[in-house]
Amino acid sequence: MDRNGSRLTAAGYALTAIVPLAFLGLFFAWPVASIIGRGFVADGALDLTAFSEVMARERTWRIIGFTVAQATAGTALAVLLGLPGAYVLYRLRFPGRTAARALVTVPFVLPTVVVGVAFRSLLVEGGAFGSLGADGTFGAVVAALVFFNYAVVVRTVGSMWAHLDPRPEQTARALGASPWRAFREVTLPALTPAIASAASLVFLFCATAFGTVLVLGGLGYRTVETEIWVQTTQFLDLRTAAVLSVVQLGVVAGSLALAAWSRRRREVALRLRAGATDDHLVRRCDLPLVAFTTVVVGGLIVTPLTSLVLRSLRTPEGWGLGNYTNLATTGSRDALEVTVWRAALTSLRIAVDATWIAMTVGVLIAFLLSRRPRQPAARRTIGVLDGLFMLPLGVSAVTVGFGFLITLNRPPVDLRSSIVLVPIAQALVAIPLVIRTLLPVLRAVDQRLRDAAAVLGANPRWVFTAVDLPVLGRSLGLAVGFCFAVSLGEFGATSFLSRPDRPTLPVVIFRLIGHPGTGNLGMALAASVVLAMLTTGVIAVAERLRVHSAGADL
Amino acid sequence: MSPIHRRRVAAAVGVVMLTATACSMLEDTDGSDDPGGTVVLVTHDSFAVSKELLAEFEESTDLTVETRASGDAGSLVNQLVLSKDAPLGDAVYGIDNAFASRAVSAGILEPYASPGATDLVAGLAFDDTSRLTPVDYGDVCINVDREWFADHAIPEPQTFDDLAEPAYENLLVVTDPATSSPGLAWLLATVDAYDEDWTDYWARLRDNGVRVSDSWSDAYFTDFSGAEGDGSRPLVLSYASSPPYTVARGGDEPPTRAMLDTCFRQVEYAGVLAGAENPEGAQQLIDFMLSQPFQRDIPQKMYVYPAVSETPLPPEWERFAPLADDPYQVSPAAIDAYREEWIRQWTATVVD
Repeated sequence: MDRNGSRLTAAGYALTAIVPLAFLGLFFAWPVASIIGRGFVADGALDLTAFSEVMARERTWRIIGFTVAQATAGTALAVLLGLPGAYVLYRLRFPGRTAARALVTVPFVLPTVVVGVAFRSLLVEGGAFGSLGADGTFGAVVAALVFFNYAVVVRTVGSMWAHLDPRPEQTARALGASPWRAFREVTLPALTPAIASAASLVFLFCATAFGTVLVLGGLGYRTVETEIWVQTTQFLDLRTAAVLSVVQLGVVAGSLALAAWSRRRREVALRLRAGATDDHLVRRCDLPLVAFTTVVVGGLIVTPLTSLVLRSLRTPEGWGLGNYTNLATTGSRDALEVTVWRAALTSLRIAVDATWIAMTVGVLIAFLLSRRPRQPAARRTIGVLDGLFMLPLGVSAVTVGFGFLITLNRPPVDLRSSIVLVPIAQALVAIPLVIRTLLPVLRAVDQRLRDAAAVLGANPRWVFTAVDLPVLGRSLGLAVGFCFAVSLGEFGATSFLSRPDRPTLPVVIFRLIGHPGTGNLGMALAASVVLAMLTTGVIAVAERLRVHSAGADL
Repeated sequence: MSPIHRRRVAAAVGVVMLTATACSMLEDTDGSDDPGGTVVLVTHDSFAVSKELLAEFEESTDLTVETRASGDAGSLVNQLVLSKDAPLGDAVYGIDNAFASRAVSAGILEPYASPGATDLVAGLAFDDTSRLTPVDYGDVCINVDREWFADHAIPEPQTFDDLAEPAYENLLVVTDPATSSPGLAWLLATVDAYDEDWTDYWARLRDNGVRVSDSWSDAYFTDFSGAEGDGSRPLVLSYASSPPYTVARGGDEPPTRAMLDTCFRQVEYAGVLAGAENPEGAQQLIDFMLSQPFQRDIPQKMYVYPAVSETPLPPEWERFAPLADDPYQVSPAAIDAYREEWIRQWTATVVD
């Protein structure tokens, strides 16, 4: 390649980088930096005394301790329980597999108010599991975190596992390794990047969990996230909130660095097979894993969901579909401004926008981060960017939302009243998911293939189309599904960005639960079931989307 | 068709349908070019008004009303304070007495004396500068599941002190004052009732097994035994106006009642925002909120009492939702000065 050509390539990369960087700069970095900055500026001068003040409080340390503890426990459990699940749902073939995959994703999109009702009604004194005395305990919080995040592990790891070339493991087995040893020494190392990816996502979700902790943790438990919310929205104590936001960023950056380190040690070109995935019928040796996963999914996911469905069928007149027929109304005493169906349509439309925004930005970023330039400096830059792009998950919705208030407030960017902010805010949460879904697969592509294509005269765009895209295959569908799920279920930012005359489904559900009147609670639960089914359906469709590949064995 | 082929077709059809029905939201703009212009009302998530009323108002004034919800009352005021230099709208509704002082002292409001504000229920006015116009009020009180107490043959509690008695151990659920507005209101009621000793009272409640939930809906629907949920606690923090909504279909008396000696009075105000683009529109909106049709609509839509005296109430409210004769109150200035401190003390007493 001559010098001119490589300069052109560099210009191409720079252009590719501009779109995502501009997007994240305008809608994330600027608002967040502005609101945090307010906490550290007093009378026009930088004032960092807030730090020593807040960090001297014993309460602050207790909150940090609990945040880290619940996130660590939630992540560890989600990974331990999720790995067998990934195997069963992505490596085995059995009737109803698609439905099962969709089922485990349902909790991921349920609004926390609903999970509160579904989970807590089982745990409270007098509930089905009331005798456990788990209501308001650490265990209840962790169980709910795992309930939410199980799907993240299953899907992220599963999609990698499905593409893994089975031959190395078969070879190991043929050479006499036990199944466990073959798994540990051949398959597990190959899966490590995906596991690290999933674990860092889950850790971020757990560390920044808001509603789950408030509803299920009861009073004794506060996390950095809930404390930022209280300090910002209720006390307007921006100094304390700013310190806590920096602490949160620190925790998040630390966990990301750890994940990046473990990935870097493992992320090697793998033998992936595009298109056809290697799965097999359930064998006898799979039965323990199948049984284990059935118990986990049954206990952790099906039980609360069943309780939700049952309660949605209970009306003041007895059992029936009354709550569902009511969805065409605006609720008892007109609790809503629009019917629930109308809100569902709004949710879908917003989800379409959030998805295309997140996919555009996410795919561009994943593409950039998957390159392996030869210069060490460029490699380091990519490493740092990799972490930076995850930060939107580590910053609370309230910080972003209040940041929007004080930055996007003057023409030409007075967007505060615009409904456009809703899909944008949702896309911010979905982008890291898109990156983490696509990146392990892209990075597993043998760089020599790209080099070969380049030598044969393909420009970077062509290399991407001919080499990367076919391998991405189903992962793209998976990412689209994640985007939809995030958008349909997002409540934190949506609740104060959406317009009252055009609420989304979770906003409507929240409002119904908050309004007295016979039947409103039942309607809220029925609407939640609809939300769950909607998401499940969209995800099932997205999963089947795949870029057609000629079945090339890479 | 091969199964794979069929699946792909199904997926394609699904995608096309999604994009066709759902499309994008981004092109949607609202064509609001009425001659009177647009007036933007910033409010909390509980704001509601009958559609016909609002339509009549828009027609008679040539205004288009755009509402913007900003979380709960606290979040609403704090967002307005933060965005003071570039106001979020023209008028605000939903500032309550817990946050009123902050709103006034931050200078986010313009004075406006609405002609409708001359005949209000006594004791609701904030001050004499007309920056805040009372629109409605309500009492936050402990609600009792009367059936539960009848079934267990325990007399119903009547006073604050009763709630701390061993007979009522593990029966009460309240909400967190840091995250819920009725929670804060009831904390204020105890401050008024016990003065400096209010933390001692909460220590007694704590020792008597009070449960603290994070939000009203969580407490009322999950922990409380008297609503649609099947919780186990027969005493819950709610509103004086809650009981009528627990009347079973076909029943004629609510199975719950409010303990009227445990109430804190919440007042909600409206005002014209400083720097409003359409201050005249904002003033018209406030006049509208004090008009009889709007005032009569309030109980039905927002479950609170109209601020204009002699406004007729729904019949079931007349029967089952009496207000407290002498509710507890704390001056807005004191609330503003000590809110955070009280919440901290409360947390230290009940949680830590």
